[in-house]
Amino acid sequence: MSSYLKLPKVGNWAWKVWMRNWDVFIKTYKVNFILPFLEPILYLIALGFGLGGFVGSVEGIPYAAFLAPGLISISVMNSAFFECTYGSYVRMYYQKIFDAMIATPLNLDEIIAGEIFWGATKSLINATFMLIVVIAFGLISFPISLIIIPFSFIAGFLFSALAICFTAISPNINALNYPVFLLITPMLLFSGTFFPLSTLPLPIRYASFATLPLVHVVEISRAIALGRWSDLLFLNLIWIIIVSFLLFVISINLMKRRLIV
Amino acid sequence: MSVVVSAENLTKKYGDLVAVNGINFSVKQGECFGLLGPNGAGKTTTIKMIQCVSPKTSGKLEVLGMDVDLYSKEIKKFLGVVPQENNLDPDFTVYENLMIYSRYFSISKNKAKERVERLLKFMQLEEKRDVMIERLSGGMKRRLIIARALLNEPKILILDEPTVGLDPQTRHLIWDKIKSLKKEGVTIILTTHYMEEAAKLCDRLVIMDYGRILVEGKPDNLVKERIGNSILEVEANSEILLCLQRMRLEFEVVGDMIHIFTDRPYDLMFTLMNQCRLNRTAVRSATLEDVFLRLTGRVLRE
Repeated sequence: MSSYLKLPKVGNWAWKVWMRNWDVFIKTYKVNFILPFLEPILYLIALGFGLGGFVGSVEGIPYAAFLAPGLISISVMNSAFFECTYGSYVRMYYQKIFDAMIATPLNLDEIIAGEIFWGATKSLINATFMLIVVIAFGLISFPISLIIIPFSFIAGFLFSALAICFTAISPNINALNYPVFLLITPMLLFSGTFFPLSTLPLPIRYASFATLPLVHVVEISRAIALGRWSDLLFLNLIWIIIVSFLLFVISINLMKRRLIV
Repeated sequence: MSVVVSAENLTKKYGDLVAVNGINFSVKQGECFGLLGPNGAGKTTTIKMIQCVSPKTSGKLEVLGMDVDLYSKEIKKFLGVVPQENNLDPDFTVYENLMIYSRYFSISKNKAKERVERLLKFMQLEEKRDVMIERLSGGMKRRLIIARALLNEPKILILDEPTVGLDPQTRHLIWDKIKSLKKEGVTIILTTHYMEEAAKLCDRLVIMDYGRILVEGKPDNLVKERIGNSILEVEANSEILLCLQRMRLEFEVVGDMIHIFTDRPYDLMFTLMNQCRLNRTAVRSATLEDVFLRLTGRVLRE
């Protein structure tokens, strides 16, 4: 077990890996910029305004305004998680990018760290797009809600590190469907995204709080979006930082076990 | 001549499997050193340990005087690697591949541009500079990989089966380029299954099998020592076999032919003609391939 907690050696070379992914992103910008705009609009119309008409207000605010930070949090999670599972798996296994990189002065720690930073960046980019849409709909307080942008990087880092753990242990790309359906989908539903956690029985609430990363991301995002601060947010942030750090260390060690033979 | 790679008792185990079994060798500066052997002999494993991507199990391995376990980053700065399997970046063009790869070596942008231009010319890829990788032929990909391996102006160039599956034109081009690099003083470590390639390029080589080094030497000398100058091939039949045994000659039965190792093939042919009944015969020079097959056997490995 202790071998999975060995501290990685990450220098600033990790940014070269990040830059490579950024260059690809810019090269294919047309595809990359349209989808993040489109997705939140569809959700907001269908759920926020369609379903919201029946729901009325939640916790004293219109349903669409309640939902908006939840949608941003889901986007933060999905962008990072999919980038560092399917995206990283393709780069690692099919494109053999890591093999090419490791023949240069880059070490595996830096390659994986670069991937995780990139996943976090994808979260930041997509969260920014969603924020623009949500602000345009007038659903979120401005300019305080802009704090979501740097926060989405921190939250994205958490999901990227988690994703790399699964990428490292998946025997093939199809196996990545398991964490998506068994972890990501339930998390998307039971993290206070579409309805407040307070409607659930207490034991489930505690379990969610203890185990689901998205719960903490939603709590903080919603607080920022609505400008409702509470001391408990500090606990959420601490949870995110500690778990991020642990997952970061574990993910790199798992990748080493897989790739360094 | 100083030693750039030295291995002492170098061993690599994968679980119970011993891939490299306590080998000793050294590569001198400026030479082309060949690693030959059947599939699974341990060549690529050895190369990966030199490259600092696969940690050794035991023994000593120094590259450019540095221990591979301690100085991988420093060592890798001076290595150029042409891997067995192409791993160009499919999201980029030829030019972008080289530019982005040069970033991994922290080569400044201006310097990189200059080197990329020179290398595109050197590997005759100038016309393909803006083409995506998937549109390149196998030969072009291979040339690009070699160009990429030269970006950091390596002291040691590692070529793992550089000409597999290429047409003769490309193979000859690559051989010419390797020779000109050697002239510039680049040390080259080469693995190959083509004996002709090894004989042409290598100053010195080892033949490996089952994780061990069987022989080491200059290609010509190995042929002379192990086989002799020539091989007389005669069609096999029981009469000739008896005849050869009676004459106590060194020979090997290969399919329906007998290979007789000799320095004086024509004299031997006349002798045999007088003493036994000969059908088909042929005289040819002994090659590295004869040495290789003699040492590693003719049985399929996989």
